[in-house]
Amino acid sequence: MDFAFMRDAFLTLIGGVPLTLNLAFMAVGLGAILAMLLALMRMSGLKVLDWPAQAYVFVFRGTPLLVQIFLIYYGLGQFRPTLQEWGLWVFFREPYWCAVFALTLNTAAYASEIIRGGLQSVPYNQVEAARACGMSGILLFRRVIFPIAVRQALPAYGSEIILMVKATSLASIITMMEVTGLAAKLISQTFRAVEVFIVAGLIYLILNFIITRIIMAIEWWLSPHLRRPPAVEPRLEAAHV
Amino acid sequence: MKLFKTLGLGLLASALTIGGAAAQEKTVKIATEGAYAPWNFTGAGGKLEGFEIDLANDLCGRMKVKCEIVAQDWDGIIPALNAKKYDAIMAGMNITDKRLEVINFSLPYAATPHGFGVMKDSPLAKLAGTGTTVSFEKDSEGAKKAIEAWKPLLKGKTVGVQGSTVNSQFLETYLKDTIEIREYKTTEQHDLDLTAGRIDAIFAGHGALKATQEKPEFKDMVVAGTGMRGGLLGRGVAVGMRKDDAELKKGFDEAIQAAIKDGTIKRLSEKWFKIDATPQV
Repeated sequence: MDFAFMRDAFLTLIGGVPLTLNLAFMAVGLGAILAMLLALMRMSGLKVLDWPAQAYVFVFRGTPLLVQIFLIYYGLGQFRPTLQEWGLWVFFREPYWCAVFALTLNTAAYASEIIRGGLQSVPYNQVEAARACGMSGILLFRRVIFPIAVRQALPAYGSEIILMVKATSLASIITMMEVTGLAAKLISQTFRAVEVFIVAGLIYLILNFIITRIIMAIEWWLSPHLRRPPAVEPRLEAAHV
Repeated sequence: MKLFKTLGLGLLASALTIGGAAAQEKTVKIATEGAYAPWNFTGAGGKLEGFEIDLANDLCGRMKVKCEIVAQDWDGIIPALNAKKYDAIMAGMNITDKRLEVINFSLPYAATPHGFGVMKDSPLAKLAGTGTTVSFEKDSEGAKKAIEAWKPLLKGKTVGVQGSTVNSQFLETYLKDTIEIREYKTTEQHDLDLTAGRIDAIFAGHGALKATQEKPEFKDMVVAGTGMRGGLLGRGVAVGMRKDDAELKKGFDEAIQAAIKDGTIKRLSEKWFKIDATPQV
């Protein structure tokens, strides 16, 4: 094991971290919006909304992300004239947007199920209690259902974010030079696969360690009812009054 | 004790039988990429085909060994050789100094110039030097001049190239500041992006470019610019082997010399590349 080489490799691969995080956060951010929409469609009780959402989730959860990236990048590349006509080619011409698009569609499918699970786990008596206090509609959703659902869904959603960070490595197959892309390039220049991949794995580990800590912090912040109440200082002089 | 003795004897006996069988017919495992037509590619039936598959079978016949050809992704092909996953590489791989640091090569069995592939209606189709070739080994100054002559037209263009190849190294070294280089896993992928219009040109070996042109979707692709040989582009395509495998190198060297001499390489390269790719000695 050559540590000097591994340090150099680390410094090279670090250069790919901004793109890795950029892809992951773009996908998770856009995917969350789409996922929310899909979850609400699933729970609307209307078949016209429920069925397309179900079909979407079925297709994107049931096929490998690698295949999805290939189809979006190389597959849509075959329909350039049509896409140009629709003005969409500027978007699909760029490997970056194809990667974001594929990752977004994929994460939205998983996240919509996580969000649906969270929403459905909100205890009905809490909803009833809120109604008894005169809350309904958006107010009820904003103040009671949504915060409880987020708290329930967060552990699973955290896993999904971590999966997305790792999934960005697949973008290297469509010429994106993120951490894995740079690692592959470095291996081809040095032929030292083991050291380079150890370093690449380490970088993903560090990134995901930080992300899990952030998610844990949010979880802690969202569940004050599970924490021990702050100790109250006994006020001695009060007893005499 | 007796048990150990019996076990030991048994192991020895089985080792002897295996050794004996190996002496009768040695198996050489050869790795190829399977995605670099016409050198080596996966045919319609899922079987490996191409110039190198035919040549490997011919060379193994001459060396009187049994050959097993396996497909392996390009970017891990050298590390896996050194990890003893197979014994030799025949994958359109050029001899370069950098590769010689980690593996050994046989004598070259083929050599083609390298150049750009562009669509017919692209301004790059008029790239300087189309139809000529220049070698870094014979005329280094001329080669550098030819590259300078490309620059005005290439400025700001996006060029696709397979990563970890002599081609990508060539572009990085000479044209990094002129063009945007986009690296692909396989040549098939940059071919697709050329027709999709995501990139303005591809840079590859003339043999590979010729094979691409044969496909109906690529009938409008032309080879542009001076063909380049030697220097960073390597000293010809050869069999890659581990450094300590002197016996195998000797075998391949002799077989390749014989195949060059009796015209087998000329015949096979004309069959697959439509040009004679016999290395000039």
